[in-house]
Amino acid sequence: MLQDKDRIFTNLYGVHDWRLDGARSRGDWDDTRAILGKGREWIVEEVKQSGLRGRGGAGFPAGMKWSFMPKEVDEKRPHYLVVNADESEPGTCKDRDIIRHDPHKLVEGCLVAGFAMGVHTAFIYIRGEFVREAQVLQAAVDEAYEAGLLGKDACGSGWAMDVVVHRGAGAYICGEETAMLESLEGKKGQPRIKPPFPAAMGLYGCPTTINNVETIAVAPAICRRGASWFAGFGRENNTGTKVFCISGHVNNPCNVEEEMSIPLKELIEKHAGGVRGGWNNLKAVIPGGASVPLLPKSTCDSVLMDFDALREVKSGLGTAAVIVMDKSTDVVAAIARLSKFYMHESCGQCTPCREGTGWMWRVMERLVRGDAEIAEIDALLDVTKQVEGHTICALGDAAAWPIQGLVRHFRDEIEQRIVDRKTHSRIQAA
Amino acid sequence: MPKLKIDGKEIEVPAGLNVLQACELAGVEIPRFCYHERLSVAGNCRMCLVELKPGPPKPAASCAMPVAEGQEVFTNTPMVRKAREGVMEFLLINHPLDCPICDQGGECDLQDQSMAYGVGRSRFDENKRAVKDKDLGPLVETHMTRCIHCTRCIRFSTEVAGVEEMGATGRGEHMEVGTYIEKCLTSELSANIIDLCPVGALTSKPYAFAARPWELARTETVDVMDAVGSNIRVDTRGTAVMRVLPVLNEDINEEWISDKTRYACDGLRRQRLDTPFVRRDGALSPANWDEAFAAIVSRLRGMDGAKIAAIAGDLADAEAMCALKDLMEGLGSPNVDCRQDGAALGGGARSGWLFNTTIAGIENADAVLIVGSDPRREAPIINARIRKRWLRGGFKAGVVGPNIDLTYSTEHLGAGPQTLKEIADGSHPFCGTLKAAEKPMIVVGQGALARADGAAVLAAARKIAEDCGAVTDDWNGFNVLHRAAARVGGLELGLLPGMGGRDVASILDGASKGEIDAVYLLGADEIPMERLGKAFVIYQGHHGDAGAHRADVILPGAAYTEKNATYVNTEGRAQRGRRAVFPPGEAREDWTILRALSDPLGCKLPYDDIFALRRRMAGISPVFDEIGLAVPAEWGAFGTAGAMDDASFATPIANFYMTDPVSRASETMAACSRAVLGLGREATGTDG
Amino acid sequence: MNVEQAASFAFTPENEAEADKAVARYPEGRQASAVLALLDIAQRQCGGWLPRVAMDHVAERLSMAPIRVYEVVTFYEMYYDRPRGTHEVRVCTTTPCWLRGSADLVKTCEAELGIRVGETTEDGQYSLSEFECLGACVNAPIVWIDDDYYEDLDPEKLKAVLDAFKRGEAPKPGSQSGRQTSAPAPGLTTLTAKTAKEAR
Repeated sequence: MLQDKDRIFTNLYGVHDWRLDGARSRGDWDDTRAILGKGREWIVEEVKQSGLRGRGGAGFPAGMKWSFMPKEVDEKRPHYLVVNADESEPGTCKDRDIIRHDPHKLVEGCLVAGFAMGVHTAFIYIRGEFVREAQVLQAAVDEAYEAGLLGKDACGSGWAMDVVVHRGAGAYICGEETAMLESLEGKKGQPRIKPPFPAAMGLYGCPTTINNVETIAVAPAICRRGASWFAGFGRENNTGTKVFCISGHVNNPCNVEEEMSIPLKELIEKHAGGVRGGWNNLKAVIPGGASVPLLPKSTCDSVLMDFDALREVKSGLGTAAVIVMDKSTDVVAAIARLSKFYMHESCGQCTPCREGTGWMWRVMERLVRGDAEIAEIDALLDVTKQVEGHTICALGDAAAWPIQGLVRHFRDEIEQRIVDRKTHSRIQAA
Repeated sequence: MPKLKIDGKEIEVPAGLNVLQACELAGVEIPRFCYHERLSVAGNCRMCLVELKPGPPKPAASCAMPVAEGQEVFTNTPMVRKAREGVMEFLLINHPLDCPICDQGGECDLQDQSMAYGVGRSRFDENKRAVKDKDLGPLVETHMTRCIHCTRCIRFSTEVAGVEEMGATGRGEHMEVGTYIEKCLTSELSANIIDLCPVGALTSKPYAFAARPWELARTETVDVMDAVGSNIRVDTRGTAVMRVLPVLNEDINEEWISDKTRYACDGLRRQRLDTPFVRRDGALSPANWDEAFAAIVSRLRGMDGAKIAAIAGDLADAEAMCALKDLMEGLGSPNVDCRQDGAALGGGARSGWLFNTTIAGIENADAVLIVGSDPRREAPIINARIRKRWLRGGFKAGVVGPNIDLTYSTEHLGAGPQTLKEIADGSHPFCGTLKAAEKPMIVVGQGALARADGAAVLAAARKIAEDCGAVTDDWNGFNVLHRAAARVGGLELGLLPGMGGRDVASILDGASKGEIDAVYLLGADEIPMERLGKAFVIYQGHHGDAGAHRADVILPGAAYTEKNATYVNTEGRAQRGRRAVFPPGEAREDWTILRALSDPLGCKLPYDDIFALRRRMAGISPVFDEIGLAVPAEWGAFGTAGAMDDASFATPIANFYMTDPVSRASETMAACSRAVLGLGREATGTDG
Repeated sequence: MNVEQAASFAFTPENEAEADKAVARYPEGRQASAVLALLDIAQRQCGGWLPRVAMDHVAERLSMAPIRVYEVVTFYEMYYDRPRGTHEVRVCTTTPCWLRGSADLVKTCEAELGIRVGETTEDGQYSLSEFECLGACVNAPIVWIDDDYYEDLDPEKLKAVLDAFKRGEAPKPGSQSGRQTSAPAPGLTTLTAKTAKEAR
């Protein structure tokens, strides 16, 4: 188990002061100038060596992403860093805690990461619902300016750095990186067609990198304590520490920072007080936020919580948001509710998602009641395949996968429900 | 030039193309709904998915994917077929199956592509979505339940028309295309969205339930609602013009037409002159051709040619004008004019009255000075070209005259000649802009020329063009923007006062003073009729408009859809109009009327058929031998330097929708005047 | 749209200053980026919704076509183009909250406020809606009232919160079960240090 001394988010629960003084006492902003002094390439290389993979869901290697930014900054096309704080993936609430309890980790991260990419302006796009969190973050940014940590000469480094807190207004899709750029530009949050990719043409048509809050917030710690320290946790290619969110049918739902690759069962039992009614009362777990396929208990018994292990079992680490469902759960209804979520959050731009999410939800609703033909299960599966991989952004995939996971692991239950309903109506008719 | 393989066939294509375009070059058809080569790429319909190597193991939208060297494109693999079937199915699940009552039926992309790429069945068992229809005004009928959200209409109105009024509100399956607030589109090009709509969501309101495409006869011809010469298709059933659609011509109108071009056609059925009339005891009464001719002959026979005059109107075709000119010569009259508005054009070098840059040439310009013109209303298609150029950036536009929204950003330099003077003498800062430009344009409109000091204005504009380097060996940036379809043809034929002859102003003067005894109006309706005094007036034309009301004898002619005739557009490009229907009743093609009348008048015109007449025209001006081409004009002298008035340049068009006898007779144009401009509300008793 | 619309709109002097500040955050010529912020300011000023004149004002202020602002308003869930209650009561009903009883919370709200989801009380005090995942899932179920989250709810605790609102009080936001934010309820399993220094 990860030791407290190796935890990065030492005020995850807001026990201590989140303000600058408190943050400094926890080691934030400690000679940041020295980190910058090592140069852009050094920072990028250190992050590469640490093995840090993006914490927002896709798990793309952060250092590599940073290296996609042009090396030279064209005066007319400034570089931008956009921090994705639009945390909206059902089950996920880690960035909220970072922002409201450890905001200076994020603000400092903006400077370190921004400097590494030739960025003078970072935008933190925080979801609109986080009204109070945005206030805390803005206050932290203001403090940092006042203390000279940001501004024309950030931390006395000679590097100019501005951090702008930008509030969203209620749209899950703005968490998709190009939709976020559209939203930042004052438009509807509709994902852009790629290519061009943001590193070439992002915000205002300029080179842009979009990173999750947690990815940026751990960067200063990696630079301070060294790539090898961070890489020492978790399995190869799945390194570091990670904030996990454990929700649903556990005794003590909570957020916790743990080592990557921790066994799912250990995570739940050690920190969340175990599954409600005991491990054997477990039915299924969605291990990485709503978008990833669920896992039946048999898989949960032994699976590790990291990118590769979860991909091997046809799911994903996603945002490391663990949604636990015990045996009392109507698992069809649980997934149907996610289908409704995706229908509601589809931006409406492209055909398969706009039309497919609504269709899938409507069929799912009938499957909840058993009001369907058995053959419709395969038809539904086929519809998910018609959406998956055919859309402009990944929301289509995200809408398809939970249903695919459900059918993969709980087809019997769906079929039984259909049979039961037919039997029931025959009895009633007789 | 990247080389790629499309379905195994190697092809080299220009760099910068997308995969869909490359496939088209290779002769491989890619189905699409949202993609349109004249609009920005949206990539939203997902119908054009293809398989790419190298690439991820999923299909890619070919419209949004740039071609790359060594790329392999597959358009007919199981993955692609399945993707198309899937998208088709998705598009159809919420699309109503109301094809039998849908006006798009028979020319619907969704219908066609579902036949070609769909599976012919649906697994969708749920209720279909219903969407409230929108009110987009008198031209565009909406059936929003049919909308497939391709956003072509939004992109057209935003990008091409330059009016940011359409959008998609809401999101997900509740996304709706419209204007959010109920309003008509304030664009002169609005109805092009009907053509762009791949389904029956946006259909033609005036044409609603009027005909099915397979019932219609199609005639490709030329529009006369302005001097652009837009290429159009006139669809007819029996004797009726049912609708007008654009025909692609990259040099002129690309594939757009103005709302007036499209919708004034219902004016062709109203207030038509379908029989000759003769004024008897003060009142016009129907007559036959012999009676009408006799009435004319009895007045004109033996009349001193100096007392006879002729004015050609704005819609007159070149054949008729040529015959009119020859007839007047036969009658010994030098009093001929084709410039109803009195514009100070003609006489000098040809380049002095043409849009020398050409319409397509606008795209090469990098600055424009617009003088006394409102291209948005006078020639919406040309204005759209200027906007297209402006959108690309690096283009400056300055305006002298009324300060109006032209859909692109302009610098308003001043209201009238004073500013022009400053630009001409080099003291105005915009002079620097023009000089700095590599290919500057000057566009002079009729608002600057149809005034007493018009010749001086023209001379000043010419000086500016020369001083700022707008005229070089390979670039002529001097342009006159005409409004009337007839005008350039008239100027080419020399329908101008002969030696000692009178122009329009002088004809009117003479008529009111009793010095002119007979006036022949060839479709001339835009002059102050009350100034014709006691003159004997012959009106030859197709509508019971101002001229006919004043006439003593009416000779019913043919409208532009009813004759084979030639028109020369503002570029000096002669084009042939073709007869789509016969003229109504007793009406005749116009040149034949003049030819017939010339005989009893004792000066029989020397051509027996249209070919002979056209040879005569080509003898006057070679443009009539170069059909379809904008014949370049030599730079030369024109205009008359002199004092200019202080009065501001006026905008010549008060109501875009009603500018000529046809559009004034159109109920649709009247509805647009009310709805878009708020005009004429008080004038109609049946409003609403 | 048969919604009673205001005749005109202008920011109050304080909000004008806020709007200026918002616009100033973005590069020159990119003022449209402030549209979300300005709409939020306008909506708060207008009592929780955006009359058309307010949208048009924001459009003009940011040199945007009005239709682009209408698109934004109807796209984002937090803007309303018709009148709302003084208090926004929004129950998260997405799966993590649903697993922990959000359906009961909806019923509680409907019973306590006497309205159905999607409605506003007759006295104009409360509008009730279901909302998608609010991002506080380990504190599920959650109800978002005005600017604050009320977490770890059950029907009784929610009733107490609503009662407090009805009495004109401002109940304390956050966990209603008394635990430390998102920490395990019975006690910390990590970060057990008492002081910040120890935590380091």
